[in-house]
Amino acid sequence: MKYLYYPGCSLKSTGKPYEESLKAVFFSLNVPLEELHDWNCCGATAYMAVDEVKSFALSARNLALAETLGEPAENGHVQLVAPCSACYALLLKTQHYLAEKEDIRKKVERGLKEASLTYEGRVDVRHPLDVLVNDIGIERVKERVKSPLGSTIACYYGCQIVRPYATFDNQANPTTLDTLMEAIGATPVDWAMKTRCCGGTLVGTIREVGLRLNYLVLKEAERKGADVVATTCPLCQFGLECFRPDVNANFQAHITLPVAYFTQLVGLAFGISEKELGMQRLFVPFKSASIGG
Amino acid sequence: MRSPIPAPYSPSGAGVRPSLLYEVRKVLKYESELNPAFGQDVARKAHGENLFSCIQCGTCSGTCPVSHYMDYSPRRIIAMVRAGFEAEVLGSSTIWLCASCYQCTVDCPKEIKLTDIMYALKQKAIAKHLYPDKFPIPVMAEEFYKGVAKNGRNSEGTLMINIARRTSLFNLFKYTRLGMKLFTTGRMALREEGIENKAQLHALLRGVEKAEEEAR
Repeated sequence: MKYLYYPGCSLKSTGKPYEESLKAVFFSLNVPLEELHDWNCCGATAYMAVDEVKSFALSARNLALAETLGEPAENGHVQLVAPCSACYALLLKTQHYLAEKEDIRKKVERGLKEASLTYEGRVDVRHPLDVLVNDIGIERVKERVKSPLGSTIACYYGCQIVRPYATFDNQANPTTLDTLMEAIGATPVDWAMKTRCCGGTLVGTIREVGLRLNYLVLKEAERKGADVVATTCPLCQFGLECFRPDVNANFQAHITLPVAYFTQLVGLAFGISEKELGMQRLFVPFKSASIGG
Repeated sequence: MRSPIPAPYSPSGAGVRPSLLYEVRKVLKYESELNPAFGQDVARKAHGENLFSCIQCGTCSGTCPVSHYMDYSPRRIIAMVRAGFEAEVLGSSTIWLCASCYQCTVDCPKEIKLTDIMYALKQKAIAKHLYPDKFPIPVMAEEFYKGVAKNGRNSEGTLMINIARRTSLFNLFKYTRLGMKLFTTGRMALREEGIENKAQLHALLRGVEKAEEEAR
């Protein structure tokens, strides 16, 4: 079966290492991943603040394209992989609203009709973490590990993959990423910031607030003895890593903790080259404490 | 009467004073000065009629990671929406500080979708232009919206320049180092992003507009 891949804007720019490592890991596991042709912006947060129905319409176009172009899985639904948390949450939200709110469905359907598109609800929106743990399975991941990671990892889920429409993990205390990190030989730390908000774009708009939210996450990960923060979202990664000089200056801190995509860490354990995983693109370099690797 | 925003708790000991554009406003109003239709209107827009069943327990304010920066806490916003304090709610910093992390939405014992209510309030404030000219969050939202409606995708370079143009050119200089670093690590493209079938996208958005007009 083939997975359709919906990159969203971030994975083509600031989140490029996420895309590179995701593709490399899926390729290494022999799981086909094909980019959705001519996808558009999901209509997330900033767009939603201006117009809600149009935001759902943007996501509906992506769902409609996926339904037409994708190859259905055993359950008859096309599997659409959305790695960015904002895209993932909004695609799920769109499905919920189209199914539950008749007035929204009517307006979106009108838009789809004018654009000669149809969507009948035969798409499953999936996060790559969900696919790795629940479809491919921990056993297959374990078999593929060449050099166990050996690092201590703070698994940071962020907000929007578990809230508000969690499909594959517990909302209050998710564990899938911890399980995956254990499978590649790493030790996850037990910490309370797993699903705490990083502030998203606040770091660029209301600086003080955004920097503080990022600082709290980093500080707690450091205090718990983590070597690296594993993230599942391009916006979290951007805030936690790229604003590090500002965070340190603002709070008189000296945090040197790297922040890597979970797919990069899985790739390292698989023995995939650092370049293929986009490790050189990180601002704060991460060297794995791999056992025999 | 005006009182300054209290400095939030800071583990490092240094009180950090948020440089928000707002201050806490305590307002006494006669019932006749309120907009009694505001609550219903927001509830309809946010598909959240249950906001009227709010028990004012404060779980939302307690769980919100940024509530201590807000001029009105989420709990108070709900009470004020219900009571019809339209101008105060739409002019509050609260709606812009909400980073839509959905913590309140999943924790609310009455299952009120607070994040969606915040979105509805943002939409109303933007439509009425009820925010200071150079306030970056609504400016970013508007510029992001325009770019995506035109090209189908967001171009980060263009977005940054347009925000700086409308807020402060100083911001552009402030982020020069970050921009350069993103560029040299191949994490920011300066070209204009866009989809192939723009005509289809425009037809889609026009269709939604028509349906909205007819529903009015």
